[in-house]
Amino acid sequence: MFYREAGQFKTSYKKDQAILPIFQDKIAMVAMLLFCFIVIPLFANDYWLASILVPFLALSLAALGLNVLTGYAGQISLGTAAFMAVGAFASFNLQVRVPEIPFLVAFLWGGLCAAGVGILFGLPSLRIKGFYLAVATLAAQFFIEWLFTHFDWFTNYSTSGVITAPPMTLLGLAIDNPLSKYFLVLSIVVICAFFVRNLARSEIGRAWMAVRDMDIAAEAIGINLMKTKLLAFGVSSFLCGLAGALWAYVVLGTVEPQAFDIARSFEILFMVVIGGLGSVSGAFLGAGFMILLPILLNNLGSLITGGTISTETIAHIEYMVFGAFIIFFLIVEPNGLARLWQLGKEKLRLWPFPY
Amino acid sequence: MDWWFFLEVFVGGLLSGVMYSLVALGFVLIFKASGVFNFAQGAMVLFAALTFVRLLEMGIPMLVAVGVTMAIMVILAIAIERIVLRPLVNQDLIILFMATIGLNYFIEGMAQLVWDSKVHVLDLGIDEYDAFEIGEAFINKFDVYAALIAGGLVLVLSLFFRYTVIGRALRAVADDHQAALSVGIPLRTIWIYVWSTAGIVAMVAGVVWGSKLGVQFAISSVALKAIPVLIIGGFTSVPGAILGGLIVGCGEKLAEVYLGGFVGGAIENWFPYMLALLVLMIRPEGIFGEKIIERV
Amino acid sequence: MSINNQNLISKSEVIMNIKDINLSFGGLKALSGVSLQIKKGEILAIIGPNGAGKSSMLNVISGIYVPQEGVVEWKGEVRNKIAPHDIARMGIARTFQNIALFKGMSALENILTGRNILMKRNLFMEMLYMGLGRRQEEEHRKKAEEIIDFLEIQSIRKTPVARLPYGMQKRVELGRALALEPELLLLDEPMAGMNVEEKEDMCRFVLDVNEQFGTTIVLIEHDMGVVMDISDRVVVLDYGIKIADGTPDKVRSEKKVIDAYLGVG
Repeated sequence: MFYREAGQFKTSYKKDQAILPIFQDKIAMVAMLLFCFIVIPLFANDYWLASILVPFLALSLAALGLNVLTGYAGQISLGTAAFMAVGAFASFNLQVRVPEIPFLVAFLWGGLCAAGVGILFGLPSLRIKGFYLAVATLAAQFFIEWLFTHFDWFTNYSTSGVITAPPMTLLGLAIDNPLSKYFLVLSIVVICAFFVRNLARSEIGRAWMAVRDMDIAAEAIGINLMKTKLLAFGVSSFLCGLAGALWAYVVLGTVEPQAFDIARSFEILFMVVIGGLGSVSGAFLGAGFMILLPILLNNLGSLITGGTISTETIAHIEYMVFGAFIIFFLIVEPNGLARLWQLGKEKLRLWPFPY
Repeated sequence: MDWWFFLEVFVGGLLSGVMYSLVALGFVLIFKASGVFNFAQGAMVLFAALTFVRLLEMGIPMLVAVGVTMAIMVILAIAIERIVLRPLVNQDLIILFMATIGLNYFIEGMAQLVWDSKVHVLDLGIDEYDAFEIGEAFINKFDVYAALIAGGLVLVLSLFFRYTVIGRALRAVADDHQAALSVGIPLRTIWIYVWSTAGIVAMVAGVVWGSKLGVQFAISSVALKAIPVLIIGGFTSVPGAILGGLIVGCGEKLAEVYLGGFVGGAIENWFPYMLALLVLMIRPEGIFGEKIIERV
Repeated sequence: MSINNQNLISKSEVIMNIKDINLSFGGLKALSGVSLQIKKGEILAIIGPNGAGKSSMLNVISGIYVPQEGVVEWKGEVRNKIAPHDIARMGIARTFQNIALFKGMSALENILTGRNILMKRNLFMEMLYMGLGRRQEEEHRKKAEEIIDFLEIQSIRKTPVARLPYGMQKRVELGRALALEPELLLLDEPMAGMNVEEKEDMCRFVLDVNEQFGTTIVLIEHDMGVVMDISDRVVVLDYGIKIADGTPDKVRSEKKVIDAYLGVG
């Protein structure tokens, strides 16, 4: 009843092309933002903020980045974590060598470096497609991992091999407690999501989707494949780099290559697939799923067996559940949670009538 | 330039390359017959190896263990066909590929859940440190035997694809599912055959790798190395898998030994991928692969 | 799209001149010694039995294939090898035999994507959906809607194209090609797979495009009724050789053409 859009007639193209054309969606978005910015900080405890929400947001950003590349532009990437690593290390290196630089600028720099590296490893996409391209990104993954582990220059010759992330201060306020970190990451992620949503509904987004759907036809209507693909790699890697910097600075507090290994790349890929390729909300849904599921399984496990299952066994079961879910989603709804959500909304439009 | 040392490294590389080929073979089989890149091959290697070694540990005689493991792999193949492949039969290959990534995780988890995740020593009765001496080069005996096994397997499979009815049916299926169906080739049965065979190949690979490295989780990451092997050799070619394996095995050992020193070592982690990338840029279908022609 | 007065100028101005081309693929000769002039504002049909080289001809015209021998002149200038994505910018658009729509998008989005070459790319403006980014979205939305009105597909504009019936998909593809505001429109079997009503509609649209926008049209078509009805001129190919070139009436009675279709000789 309340979700019906009947009677909402758009009187101009401008209104029809607004970011949230349906009035109820606008309300929902405002409500959600209020919830995130006001309600959660008031009620969430430190554990939730630091161990669940902040990692969730950071990984959502990475998933957003990968979604740009794989979901919108159709280029498979198995090297997401490598681009995150570049972001983290580039930010760190800039701050270490030029200490006066505000950390946000360092983050931007990290993103730009990641974008550059992304474009470099995206060059093969001009000749190869599909999962052959995934190989190029795998090369990026292993090579960059190796680079950061083997050349001390990147860790600023730290003797212990573990670098602590520099402290962050914004306008004199130290960002060192869960609440301030939460606000920082939330703001960055919301802004980026806004940008990606805008890109998706404009000329660039359509060019990406055209390349994804049928590149030969895209060329026939004048789309320059090279520029479009490289732009996708650039934007995507920028976001992943930013996410990597956030991951290192805010979540881990350290800058280490091990946090950006191939398991991480697969994790983000899973998020994007489960959440729904080619949708902004999908990135968040997928990230939420991947973060909450282990916690759920853990709690469920202890509940059922009274705490006798080893963490190892839980880990194995997690693997199995993840794998099963991926297969399940691909069979039932290849467009992931986002599509299921959309279908739900469509049902809601008719509710309480069945059709 | 110490030539004996070079020979040692070179041959050692070739032999380890053959081991890669073993794993790559499973990929080629499935890709040839169903067009699917089976990311879960590595997990299948792990699962097969674990099953085998645990059976041995339980005191079961080796030949029986081989039989039981083979049977289990066939059952796995049937399950995969029914639960994963059948529902996805008309989907994009990308979707199938991602499903196999999911399958990989599932099988890895299952293998370790059922059999545990400790390292198991697999003793086939061949001394791993015994070596032939050629001049001043030491060539590991075990590697040679492994190479012979792999070579034999490749020969059998090549002949199978070329000269048998089932082999031809497999090639038809790889070309075009719909067309194969329309000439009466039973798609599902074929897939079961193929995945079973791939499973058995996985078992051989798992046993060979397992005796060398010990049966452990790390084995499944060997599968990741198989990817450059396939790129270089061509996804659809059995001899290509061998050649690709040799090139990768050799290449990474030589690079590690001769170039590694300059840049801090551990080059073999990424060298095969860069090599594969190079090949992709020059000859996207691999050395023996079939050219992909797209028509609008 | 403005109504221009092309059809007031005599239809004898040549916009594409193809001289003596030979096109081979490996050992297979697709086109031998074919010469063809495309006159501005005309509707030209390329016909011939299967395997005659019609699609190859279309691809040479569009620029995807570069003939091993011979010269292609576009608007008076010799055209050498050009990148596929530059073809649209030269003013040549095409539709495909097996519909090449972007399945992940709606009809409107497909047509809007056709406007890409007329849009400017500005990453920042588009990210913020402000200024240039926003203005051009609204401008080109208007143009796309004009095409949608023209093709009478208003009711399905937001439908994902994968869900549209075949005839509608073909119309959307035509719309996307029109969005480029091309001077030369190449249609590869535009009526294939359509029923009688759909064909009539499509014929009407093709004629309207030609009359209203002055677009030169080259089409490959098997339906002789359509060919005779709407084309100004017909070119017949057989085994890669041009065997006839003239008005529909003249061509249909030529012995060579009849023999080719009957499989004689």
